[in-house]
Amino acid sequence: MDLSLSPEQQEIRKLVRDFAQREVKPRAEAIDHSGAFPRDLVDRAAALGLLGILVPDAYQGAGLDHLSFAIFVEEVARYSASTAGILDVHGSVGTEPIVLFGTEEQKRRWLPDLAQGRKLAAFALTEPEAGSDAAHLKTVATRSGHGYVLNGSKIFITNAGEAGLYIVMASTRPGSGAEGITAFLVGGDNPGLKVGPRFKKMGLNGSAIAEVHLDNCAVDEADRLGDEGQGFRIAMRALDSGRIGISAQAVGLAQGALDDAVAYAKERKQFAKPIAELQTIQNKIADMAVKIRAARWMTWKAAALCDAGRPFTREASMAKLFSTDAAMDITLDALQVFGGYGYLEEYPMARRVRDAKACQIYEGTNQVQRVVIAREMVRT
Amino acid sequence: MDFDLTEEQQQIRDMVHDLCLERVEPRAAEIDESGEFPWDIKDLFAKHDILAIPFTPEYGGVSGSALTLLVAIEEISKFCVTSSLILSVQSLGSLPIWLAGTEQQKRKYLPPLARGEQLAAFALTESGSGSDAGGMRTRAIKRGDTYVMNGSKTFITGGSVADTIVVFARTDQQADAPARDISAFIVEKTMPGFKLGKLEKKMGIRGSPTAQLFFEDMMVPVANRLGKEGEGFKLAMQVLDHSRPGIAAQALGIAEGAFDLARRYAGERRQFGKPIMEFQGIQFMLADMATQIEAARALTYAAGDALDRDMPAITAGSSMAKLFASDTAMRVTTDAVQILGGYGYLRDFPAERMMRDAKITQIYEGTNEIQRLVIAREVLKEKA
Repeated sequence: MDLSLSPEQQEIRKLVRDFAQREVKPRAEAIDHSGAFPRDLVDRAAALGLLGILVPDAYQGAGLDHLSFAIFVEEVARYSASTAGILDVHGSVGTEPIVLFGTEEQKRRWLPDLAQGRKLAAFALTEPEAGSDAAHLKTVATRSGHGYVLNGSKIFITNAGEAGLYIVMASTRPGSGAEGITAFLVGGDNPGLKVGPRFKKMGLNGSAIAEVHLDNCAVDEADRLGDEGQGFRIAMRALDSGRIGISAQAVGLAQGALDDAVAYAKERKQFAKPIAELQTIQNKIADMAVKIRAARWMTWKAAALCDAGRPFTREASMAKLFSTDAAMDITLDALQVFGGYGYLEEYPMARRVRDAKACQIYEGTNQVQRVVIAREMVRT
Repeated sequence: MDFDLTEEQQQIRDMVHDLCLERVEPRAAEIDESGEFPWDIKDLFAKHDILAIPFTPEYGGVSGSALTLLVAIEEISKFCVTSSLILSVQSLGSLPIWLAGTEQQKRKYLPPLARGEQLAAFALTESGSGSDAGGMRTRAIKRGDTYVMNGSKTFITGGSVADTIVVFARTDQQADAPARDISAFIVEKTMPGFKLGKLEKKMGIRGSPTAQLFFEDMMVPVANRLGKEGEGFKLAMQVLDHSRPGIAAQALGIAEGAFDLARRYAGERRQFGKPIMEFQGIQFMLADMATQIEAARALTYAAGDALDRDMPAITAGSSMAKLFASDTAMRVTTDAVQILGGYGYLRDFPAERMMRDAKITQIYEGTNEIQRLVIAREVLKEKA
């Protein structure tokens, strides 16, 4: 056992911490208030080579590991969870399926643009009636000449309207559940792909989340990712490592909340002394710190297993479940430390609470994580 | 980053596991029922060099790795917490000698402990000073080559079976802070003036004797002082930094033992025509238990890894592991009793014993309330 970061991982941590502090932190409040997509930050991250962390060198990516990716997402999420979510979805579920399952031609066509940030990626699995029960999606892909025609609607798609590539799951054998699902690479400029208006949300403002409609959307056979019927497996594999990213996002949110709560508790005086000297505040700080430490180790363990090419489904689900529940508790506690000020939108505490809630829901609700964990338990 | 145990650690873990499954588990209920110290288990552990795990080879041991010790404690605790304490306390009682002893003190005291011929204990707590350890009243007054010690200690785990006991006492009333006049001594049970008080009756860890110790004009040679006068409190805190992950490992083992039991039961027990495992109400409980255990293990092993790598700041990590793992053990054992339903409440099944045993892990080696103060102090110290 050696739980130290490699020199390369430490280097990445330093780089992304610096990026997050210098560029993301000053923009976070405005992004939340305006709700505008932070294209400037995406471009800055791209310039630093941070959009292709999981993409191999051969395709102009950084060729780094999942642990480095988790560090990247955590550091950005310390200041802006919505920005972290945009970058996470792009780099993880939006890009990794091509790295893992793409043909050489597909990799050459898409990965350099994604890694360099010339295009953003999105992952379109969820439908209005197929959320946790993703296998029963209704979007269909019908064979037509040398390709397919896709019809159906997707919902809750992060980066919708901003993405140049959508990985779309559709059924090539309607009625056969998971076995019939196939993955497709659909360009953002495909005339059959239409994006609905951005949802107004409780949090993650700035992150573009919308419906995506596939209206006689024609794709070539060469745009099919993997084999027919392999789509569900591709999606589940994408979500397994995607959960590492969400877990890291939650750790970052929680760490940011603790940092601010500690700083405030040292300054804020009541009863003639800083509230940091009151045991009730100290207890909150201790519980927050413990949960963050545990959540981070769980995230890194899932990432390390993934990087070692070993099974990590259980660990990723546990990390996602634990970290996001922790982030909810911690952001609420941190707000409480700020008292009435925490409730005001001029401090980041309320925003973090609003952002944390999403983490318990997306990439598999925490209820689904429990089902996954219980299922793995029966298996072993 | 590598989360795997080394091959040697895995071998030790498997050896301890198999031995405990075969020899300790069948004794666990009996030990709890009788409340007697399991000398047979102590001999078994000595024979298989399990008691040598906390010690390096130069002092007759087989490892000295903190993580290896944690893994061994965890395995034993899955089956019998009382038995795990034989090993934990051997480590706790020898740590002050290991950390602050002279070469001569180490050579004299550590090898018999490593061989399991002698048992160790650690005597800090007094009836009037628990969490506030600096307020102790036991005194050791220097007279030439010896200290004359008077006072008493309470809640001393293994105190009645130990041969070598590290005792903390006040040596000087002149120090500016009460914590700074405490010194540590290696006491042998044969020293005149050493007396055993009553053994406590407890809710759990019933085979582990919790003793009162009395010192009446007990003569302790100056050569048995550990470190300098006044350095005892610092040493005690340093020992706790090293030993708290051991309580975390114990708690982790209890939680795992209870979880395994609950999972097996849920797979077998049928109600409404199917195993209760197939109901989401039970699945979600098991998933939460498993996740909490995974988090506790991460913190516990990370604390062990930090000790083995000689990391500079270990206090917070050790406290975090102890706090989280012990709270986890309490929750998981309580849920395990719940999953077993009425059977869980019966002495026929080990679930209720595990729950009784889990409670102590939230209390000893610093209550969890003290851990929170320690952690908060460390977090508030870090620069923003």
